Amino acid sequence: MTLKTNLKNILAIVFATLILSACSTAKKTGDIDGDVYTGKETVEYLASGVPDRVFFATNKSALTTASRATLRKQATFLRKNKNLNVTIEGHADERGTREYNLALGERRANAARDYLMTYGISGKRISVISYGKEKPVNPKSSPISWSQNRRSVTVKVN
Amino acid sequence: MKKTIYIFLLNFLFFTNLNALIEVDITRGNLDPLPIAVSPLHVDISSENFKDLKVQDLGAEIAKIIEKNFRNTGLFNPLKKEAFVQKPDIAHLKPRFEDWRLIKAQALITGKLLIKDEKLKVEFRLWDLTAAQEMTALAFTTTPSNWRRVAHIISDKIYERLTGEDGYFDTRIIYVAESGPKSQRVKKLAIMDQDGFNTKYLTLGNELVLTPRFNPTNQMVTYMSYFRNMPRVYLLDIETGTQEVVGNFPGMTFAPRFSPDGKKIIMSFAKDGNSDIFTMDLETRVVERITEHSSIDTSPSFSPDGKFIAFNSDRSGLQQIYVMRSDGSNVKRVTFGKGIYGTPVWSPRGDLIAFTKMHKGRFYIGVMRTDGTGERLLTENYYQEAPSWSPNGRVLVFYRETKAGDKGEGFSAKLWSIDITGYNERRLSTKTDASDPSWSSLLSK
Repeated sequence: MTLKTNLKNILAIVFATLILSACSTAKKTGDIDGDVYTGKETVEYLASGVPDRVFFATNKSALTTASRATLRKQATFLRKNKNLNVTIEGHADERGTREYNLALGERRANAARDYLMTYGISGKRISVISYGKEKPVNPKSSPISWSQNRRSVTVKVN
Repeated sequence: MKKTIYIFLLNFLFFTNLNALIEVDITRGNLDPLPIAVSPLHVDISSENFKDLKVQDLGAEIAKIIEKNFRNTGLFNPLKKEAFVQKPDIAHLKPRFEDWRLIKAQALITGKLLIKDEKLKVEFRLWDLTAAQEMTALAFTTTPSNWRRVAHIISDKIYERLTGEDGYFDTRIIYVAESGPKSQRVKKLAIMDQDGFNTKYLTLGNELVLTPRFNPTNQMVTYMSYFRNMPRVYLLDIETGTQEVVGNFPGMTFAPRFSPDGKKIIMSFAKDGNSDIFTMDLETRVVERITEHSSIDTSPSFSPDGKFIAFNSDRSGLQQIYVMRSDGSNVKRVTFGKGIYGTPVWSPRGDLIAFTKMHKGRFYIGVMRTDGTGERLLTENYYQEAPSWSPNGRVLVFYRETKAGDKGEGFSAKLWSIDITGYNERRLSTKTDASDPSWSSLLSK
């Protein structure tokens, strides 16, 4: 007397298809080496010849040779300006989960801070803050802009 | 801001003859939704208007909300009103079952309401049209301004009766409301009913706020704020609006969630380039370190019994999901598939972990068993993350972002939901762009 409802069910598994091919990580094209940004766009200067930022590879916080050269210039500049304190802002690109990116930005900022400290700058003069992926310098969704956003930026605080 | 709702159960008739009645199997994807008819509720002629509520429209409005809830489950197909064969008051007394069967309805919902002396009285009945009998009936009284919640509570009762599982309609979602250009987003905490109504903003947008999460009773929220440019985990009492920093950490705290008993907050603390997981007891203020590793350990989530914690860590080189005992012992990696994995969230039923997976430039929301086996990817997109469970463990809400052009144009962030079957993907309506959703538990439970 009751009608048993006839609900057709189908198997619940959705296999997503993986289509995109990965970008090579060892290419040197334009302003990217590996996937670390090497150009000048977006870069500002603490003083003439002293770039304010360094760039990182995806998911990495290791400093490149170019990054170390930039940070040595910052250290020289900070030694000359003894009363100046700085904040290092660590950033990530938009292609990662928000919480992990907060941690990654913190790790990048500290990589820069540690390097400045090995060149004689007191840790007391350098605070760090991570913005994760919250403050992209370039809003475009492209490999170049992501490489510009994976950065730590040294900012004067006084 | 939390309205107190008084529900008086006048009667609750529950027929125990379960086997003979309609049942909806929701354990699998459903391509043949159950046809139901939601009759407008009959409005008693002695009803009075209440403030700006037009009482004569209320019966139809409540029916509309119930219909929308049911359509959104993907399990039910509410039929068009034009086909209805009986007036609401007559049908509510006793439907002519054979007539309703003609329009292919299998279940019928009827009801009536009365507003008198600033009280809203509502009753409804659920009828099995095939068996020609009443399945359940309920009546309650509340303040008229709660009329939308009444519709959600009725929806929950019917869903529970038809599926055998708890509903998820009388719930809210807290999220981050976003506005402004992509490189200068303004973010506010916002809270809304699960159907997108009654949006309220809990912060003004003066500082960046992220990742709000409810406590088990839905009265408190833990979230991260950049107040005074000090990124810290905060605790917010939704009712009073009071806020406080959680703990006294000399550095960034982030990725907070409550323990299932609501007594602790679990979160990450970042210092000197290393993020580890800590808990703080909200009453004793005792801080406990849970992980100690030179890698990034974050996005912790307790199992519902409080015995385990899932989190993501890059200790293997890239982000993967790990499970440990809640004291930090017995850490085990559970994801070994291709790609990297983040944001593990334990299901309220305890049997699954939802996650975000990144592989070859695409983002997936998936579920797996708590030991990492049985991975099922539910949805693939350009960018999506941060799943949060409906309280009955059947649906995930998450956010999705679109690609942006040169100046950030084309960018959007929206909330989406999907059943754990992988079916019924749909966008949730929000007043603004939105991210970081967190689903409450049932408000009236």
